[in-house]
Amino acid sequence: MSDTLLRIRGLRKSFGTHTVLHGIDLAVPRGGVTVLLGPSGSGKSTLLRCINHLERPDAGFVELDGDIIGYRPERAVGGRIRHLRELRDRELARQRARIGMVFQQFNLCPHHTVLENLTEAPTALGLASKKQATATARDLLDRVGLAGREQSYPKQLSGGQQQRVAIARALALHPELLLFDEPTSALDPELVGEVLRVIKDLALGGMSMIVVTHEIGFAREIADTVAFLDGGHVLETGRPEDVLDGAAHERTRAFLEAVL
Amino acid sequence: MSLTDAALLEAKLVPPRRPARWVSGAVTLVLAAMLVHTLLTDHRFQWGVVGQYFTSASVLDGLELTLWLTAATMSAGLALGVLLAYVRLWGSPIPRGFAFGYVWLIRSVPLLVQLLFWYELASLYPRLSIGIPFGPAFAGADTAHLFSGEFAAFVTLTLDVAAFSSEIVRGGILSVDRGQTEAAEALGLGRLRIFRRIVLPQAMPAIVPATGNLLIGTLKSTSLVSVIAVVDLLYSVQLIYNANFQVIPLLLVATLWYVVLTTLLSVGQHYVERHYARGEGGRR
Repeated sequence: MSDTLLRIRGLRKSFGTHTVLHGIDLAVPRGGVTVLLGPSGSGKSTLLRCINHLERPDAGFVELDGDIIGYRPERAVGGRIRHLRELRDRELARQRARIGMVFQQFNLCPHHTVLENLTEAPTALGLASKKQATATARDLLDRVGLAGREQSYPKQLSGGQQQRVAIARALALHPELLLFDEPTSALDPELVGEVLRVIKDLALGGMSMIVVTHEIGFAREIADTVAFLDGGHVLETGRPEDVLDGAAHERTRAFLEAVL
Repeated sequence: MSLTDAALLEAKLVPPRRPARWVSGAVTLVLAAMLVHTLLTDHRFQWGVVGQYFTSASVLDGLELTLWLTAATMSAGLALGVLLAYVRLWGSPIPRGFAFGYVWLIRSVPLLVQLLFWYELASLYPRLSIGIPFGPAFAGADTAHLFSGEFAAFVTLTLDVAAFSSEIVRGGILSVDRGQTEAAEALGLGRLRIFRRIVLPQAMPAIVPATGNLLIGTLKSTSLVSVIAVVDLLYSVQLIYNANFQVIPLLLVATLWYVVLTTLLSVGQHYVERHYARGEGGRR
């Protein structure tokens, strides 16, 4: 086992004529927290969505623990790689189950109870029996401070509680990597803390995570690596104190000044 | 054998193999070929006769009636349907109850039965007049005179379209976020204006596909009027084949016209949907 969990190499993505990612290279350490910073439109969310193949990249690849995400290398005679063949839906679903994702708008199923939101995927993918999934779900709800809310519907919960349910839902598949897409941007300021606390607990527990956030203070606190994106390029990566306090690029410094 | 990054970066990204798609595609093509083959080679279809009557004057007259009946009932029915939906959602209790009862009644009775009722209305009410309820009448007309076959057909289909479209419109309106109404109310807009300018346009993406369905259904339902001797597309070909006994080719004439019209309507629906999807950033 290498200590790099996720590698992104040469990742490109355009929407029509608009190029969002211009060849991204990034390595995410096992058990570490990588925070993606950057102005809106810099490609952070698209990058995150390419990692679990919600967006199909135009070129480049994402490798999770030695497996190419979304593709299978096919070889020509002689062992040379001929092309990368996109996986079929079922194989892709199995791969995605290894990567949890938490969205800005939570995206919980409004017609399912909290418990059903957590047990749906593990049982559907055949990873757990209904009973096991329920037991796991109760543990996870306890961990995010929502024990006793199993039978509530998402709309009956506050935004902070909904986002904690969404985190528990992502954890229910025991992912190797968790992706957070601006998890606190849709929350009232007073509810941000409870969600950040849960994420921090996960970080302390050794969960590998990639977090897109505008909470610079939080980034400084939990990040092992900070990557700054602008215009579809990674401008700089490094330890939080290096990037946040001693940014090499003028663009990074301007951004940090604007948000702090 | 390890994969080098250089080799991976050079590899072309290709779509997945989908053998099931190829098989189902091939089966479909064979079935389609069989259909085309029988259509073209079986002499009993008598394409010559079809061609002869396809644009004959009496068929075109029938077609014209089918078209205006569809257009008239759809426009009148949709207007009524929107009104009914508005009443059911925002009306006061008695109109609301009436709207509910109306939809219930119309949906409960088969279209053909309704058509016969309106056509036979004269046996129930020989004379219709306008006046004070339970009081004197100012003017009146013989029902049998008023309710010709064509008028009975128009009334029946309009009332039917109104009932079904009101449910379509109501469903569409319910799909619009309540916040839109609140924001418009906060801007001081009136209720009717909110309905017309804010809610209804946003409900359109949900309303249009179902309405397209209803329109095509209505187009075909007009063929029911042949039972009360209204000379629509179907009845016009029936008149011909009752005389010359060329049943299949003449039914094909009607069928082809219905298919042509339905195709045109489907194309139209596509453009209407595209119009109402504006502002969605091409996401659908």
